[in-house]
Amino acid sequence: MTLTPSEITDFRALAALIIPPSAKYTIPGANDDLIFADILNSLGRDLPDVQSALAALATIAGAPLASLPQARQTEIATHLRTQGGTPIAVLTRIVLLCYYRDDRVMLSLGLEPRPPFPKGHVLEQGDWSLLDPVKSRPPIWRPV
Amino acid sequence: MLEKVDVLIIGSGASGAAVAWSLAETKMRILCLEQGDWMKQSEYPTNGRDFEARLYADYATSPNIRQRDADYPINDDNSPIKVVNFNAVGGSTVMYTAHYPRLHPSDFKVKTLDGVADDWPVDYATLEPFFAENDRMMGVSGLAGDPAYPNHAPPMPPLPLGKSGTKIAQTMNQLGWHWWPSDTTLATTEYDGRAPCINLGHCTPACAQGAKASTDITYWPHAIRAGVELRTNCRVREITLGPDGMATGVIYYDAEGREQFQPAEVVIMACNGVGTPRLLLNSTSARFPNGLANSSGLVGKNLMFHPWSTVYGYVDEPMDGHRGPPLCVWSQEFYETDKSRGYVRGHNFQFNRGIGIGTEAVALDAIRLTPWGENHHDAFRDLVGHRMSIGICTEDLPEEHNRVTLDPILKDRHGIPAPRIDYTISDNTNRMLDFAIARATEILQTAGARHINTIRPVAYGGWHLLGTARMGTDPTRSVVNEWGRSHDVKNLFIVDGSVFVTSGGVNPTSTIQALALYIADSIKQRLATLFD
Repeated sequence: MTLTPSEITDFRALAALIIPPSAKYTIPGANDDLIFADILNSLGRDLPDVQSALAALATIAGAPLASLPQARQTEIATHLRTQGGTPIAVLTRIVLLCYYRDDRVMLSLGLEPRPPFPKGHVLEQGDWSLLDPVKSRPPIWRPV
Repeated sequence: MLEKVDVLIIGSGASGAAVAWSLAETKMRILCLEQGDWMKQSEYPTNGRDFEARLYADYATSPNIRQRDADYPINDDNSPIKVVNFNAVGGSTVMYTAHYPRLHPSDFKVKTLDGVADDWPVDYATLEPFFAENDRMMGVSGLAGDPAYPNHAPPMPPLPLGKSGTKIAQTMNQLGWHWWPSDTTLATTEYDGRAPCINLGHCTPACAQGAKASTDITYWPHAIRAGVELRTNCRVREITLGPDGMATGVIYYDAEGREQFQPAEVVIMACNGVGTPRLLLNSTSARFPNGLANSSGLVGKNLMFHPWSTVYGYVDEPMDGHRGPPLCVWSQEFYETDKSRGYVRGHNFQFNRGIGIGTEAVALDAIRLTPWGENHHDAFRDLVGHRMSIGICTEDLPEEHNRVTLDPILKDRHGIPAPRIDYTISDNTNRMLDFAIARATEILQTAGARHINTIRPVAYGGWHLLGTARMGTDPTRSVVNEWGRSHDVKNLFIVDGSVFVTSGGVNPTSTIQALALYIADSIKQRLATLFD
């Protein structure tokens, strides 16, 4: 089972409303070819919830979302978000998780586009002298 | 029929691994049946770019969402707290955050000290050598000298404070409140074949580096080298009983789904506080029509979870974010009873470093701190990497109406009745949460945090499954005796969190494993008279 062409079209238009491209940060939106392909490939077990969210969207829109005036599109997206519920939350989560693992987006945030393993990260030791006042406290555990 | 073994252990997680390793020196024939399989570090989420998404799929904390073959469903609809666990060699130590505090001495004497619940039939001093032995086997990192505990010396140095720990420490010092680097089972040096932590930042759903101590890489290699057999993909359906009232073995489904009978001289249950009562309740007979070892009627009752809440906000300074283990420091300023607070017992603060950027994006969206549309980018960049988060672990007192029973409809893939959870948060705990959330908010305000938010309770926070086959000296008020043997069935032992009499207010794995080692030692000391 997969999304229909009309569902995909609506989904892509909604993704652009959730995270549009940014000229300020020179990054794509969630409707970008690569990012949206990742989104479609990542539906997995969440497909029924995404379909349910898109069905709700289609009912409200009454026409392909992208064909509506921009203000109406924003109004519909806001309505869906305000209405809430599991399906739209799941759809949004997939969009966000795919968006924030895109190379261009990660680089713009100053992050290396890679999985955590095997390189990991460096964590500074910090200031251990901060522990001195705690060390000077008497025991606070309750003797029995 | 399979060849009889001397000792049959059900479950290979925190307690099953510890008891297997400890008993191995007896040279008895020991077999462990595990419903899951060996995990592969090369397949753990942090190997891939989709590591955060997998937390909602094959590495979800809830078995009801994860739905791996090794998992069994749990009806937790009638509980504000959902059960989370992992089923594989290593059990839930594969999927835990590795916070490793011990219960306090006072936790074993709550009736005497505070007039509630019951005292344990063992105490901290009795368990102390087993805590220490377990610290060595699991490999604990931490710092000696914490004034919140009797002195103990973790074998590895603590995790770095980092930016987050430094900010928390400055804030707690300003308030004059206790803090200390957390004891963890994250290796900070090379240790017993494990590589040190390299800050993958995503510890809970399994550690690709192998720095986190899960029993598949700590106890089990030693136990297997000592001769213990570990048989995987074997789900036990019931424990069988002989005419003499002794357990004769178990019926289980093997990897191919075939029903097998495994005879044994001794059966040890290590299935956690939900799996153990489920199996006992599924093991009925003419002698025990209400479940094996259940003459007290307490099997499945007194379920304790540690109702968990999280309070978090965003500070101006950059924090460690995803660049380090979630674990950082703890505070036990409010751990011991002070009745002026309006409740008895106490709680632990577990300060967390941060979360992944995708997870942060989802969290910020959920509480509407990031808008949809063009302004999303500025709002997200203003907050990501600035999270300061406090987990609250509250003591949960035993109440018989909080319980595990068998669901009349739901079954696992082998047709075995699934557990059902009925649970409510007590008035005492709610008052404790009121106080703790207020103090956590005060900490964040002192740190200058914005957008302070509370999650109460954390719904998928039922990690700690305790109390459903409690230990005690009175057979009418407990399921096992003071060294883990069933009052009713003298060759049946329970070593997991089910035997907890009270929960304490800290993560229980260290104490579960110390208890398992203590029970194993008790068995070894009594081999000649074990069934008397």
